[in-house]
Amino acid sequence: MSLKVDVTKSLGRLELAARFEAPLGITVLFGPSGSGKTTLINMIAGLTPPDAGHIGLGGRVLYDSKSGVSLPTHKRGAGYVFQDARLFPHLTVEANLNYGRKLAPTPVPEPEFDRIVKLLGIGGLMARRPARLSGGEAQRVALGRALLSGPKMLLADEPLAALDGARKAELLPYFERLRDAQDIPILYVTHSVSELGRLADHVLSFEAGQARGLRRPQDVLADPGLVPGGVRGVGAVISAQLVAHHEDGLSELSAGGVPLFLPKVAQPVGARLRVRIAASDVILSRRKPEGLSALNILKARVTGLREGAGPGALVALETPAGKLQARITRRSARALGLAAGLEAYAIVKTVSIAQEDVGG
Amino acid sequence: MSWLGVEEWQAVLLSLKVAFWATLLSLPLAIAVAYALARGRFWGHGLLNGFVHLPLVLPPVVTGYLLLVFFGSQGLGGRVLEAVGLPLAFRWTGAVLAAAIMAFPLVVRAIRLSIEAVDARLEDAAATLGASPLRVFATVTLPMALPGVLAGAVLGFAKAMGEFGATITFVSNIPGETQTLPSAVYSFLQVPGGESAAARLVIIAVVIAMGALLLSEWLARRMARKVAGA
Repeated sequence: MSLKVDVTKSLGRLELAARFEAPLGITVLFGPSGSGKTTLINMIAGLTPPDAGHIGLGGRVLYDSKSGVSLPTHKRGAGYVFQDARLFPHLTVEANLNYGRKLAPTPVPEPEFDRIVKLLGIGGLMARRPARLSGGEAQRVALGRALLSGPKMLLADEPLAALDGARKAELLPYFERLRDAQDIPILYVTHSVSELGRLADHVLSFEAGQARGLRRPQDVLADPGLVPGGVRGVGAVISAQLVAHHEDGLSELSAGGVPLFLPKVAQPVGARLRVRIAASDVILSRRKPEGLSALNILKARVTGLREGAGPGALVALETPAGKLQARITRRSARALGLAAGLEAYAIVKTVSIAQEDVGG
Repeated sequence: MSWLGVEEWQAVLLSLKVAFWATLLSLPLAIAVAYALARGRFWGHGLLNGFVHLPLVLPPVVTGYLLLVFFGSQGLGGRVLEAVGLPLAFRWTGAVLAAAIMAFPLVVRAIRLSIEAVDARLEDAAATLGASPLRVFATVTLPMALPGVLAGAVLGFAKAMGEFGATITFVSNIPGETQTLPSAVYSFLQVPGGESAAARLVIIAVVIAMGALLLSEWLARRMARKVAGA
């Protein structure tokens, strides 16, 4: 079952136009604030009417301007996790969770209810009122409430944006598990590169209100025109397997047979992780470096070199671990004589892999 | 209550009865109108708003006269109601209608404000969870607006207790049938030696009004706490 969207809407100065087909798994809607991401998922949820177009989920038409179909929100089967949890303040956590569950055409059975409650770790909050929950707890309850309404698709509008770093880290794994379950299309709005790196199966990127077709997360992360900060923000995502936790506080990963070290992560040995490596954290060397403090050295082949208007240059690399990006100066690029096809070594400083960029 | 004469006692009881029914019967309509005014986007929104507030700005005697024209025994509404066994003219039931109409704008206003204060984004959230508009209203909007609904009802009750102009114009001032507390005070003040009876009624009116206000404050605060979940 996939979600087919082809809609337009005029938003003052912005002409929003989106055309894509989201399969199962997480499709990240990525773009700067004010690019129309939230408006788009509100149109899918039926909270905002498009000007024209078509929205279909599986075989069901949710909206079609030509035939005049527009299902009301409550018949669309869209679970929605808002940026602000929007729990009903007059109901307990348990009543919030059951609100949509009782209305579902086929209510989520008791064992599944227990499983979701356990997965989200909200079993101990049942009797509480939303006013007595922390931000992270409220957002987990909101996610549970949406999942228990038996949704045919899940829409999440920057669900972590209102949370602090620790709470973000606490909630992200739940979305990762949803991604891995791959049973409904999930649209996830964010402007965070690290959330994109960790969650995205596919990316719908917004440029001046235009969003057409899905792209691979690694391609989006490597595109200076799309990531915040331009060439400063680009990077790559490498998927790796956790091999060992070492006693000196490091965890060892294996990516395509290459060992990678990073500060200890919480996941168990054997877990599949995604590691985002920013281009500015990668150093290049033509010869295999020796006597260097950096632990992660990957043999690489240069596949592309892009010089910007400033002093920087972006080098695209192919390594056994996957594609990497390195941001170096133009001067260095010339001094090293870098060109497509050349061999080089990519050095990634261990400590530069931020904890929040590591995901399973 | 030996210090209260039969006629005075009748007036107090009648006023309570009239105010009770006026509040109870007008509340559902007041909630519906308040919801329409708070959330509705429809043609004639301003017109409806103006119409609802009319009794607040018209001289009560004019409202009473209009009621007499439409709901008196010669009026269209009056004849229809009489045919179904609910005559209004010069009956306590007419006093209920007059009180309800005079209190209506105040009740609608209070409820409308409390509905407008309900976060519409919570209503959106309820819709995404599969709740139809009617269910959203019954399970989210109304419970959260309940303190305001209660405040509106008490305000309406107090206003209905005190209604005088439209009532006396529409259903006159018949002891035991349409002589409400304010009408009784007025009557006592018209006869020599009636001041002490009037004073007793005035005291009762003050006590009931104060009691109603304190009760509504207390209930509203209790409910607001419950709604906020604190």
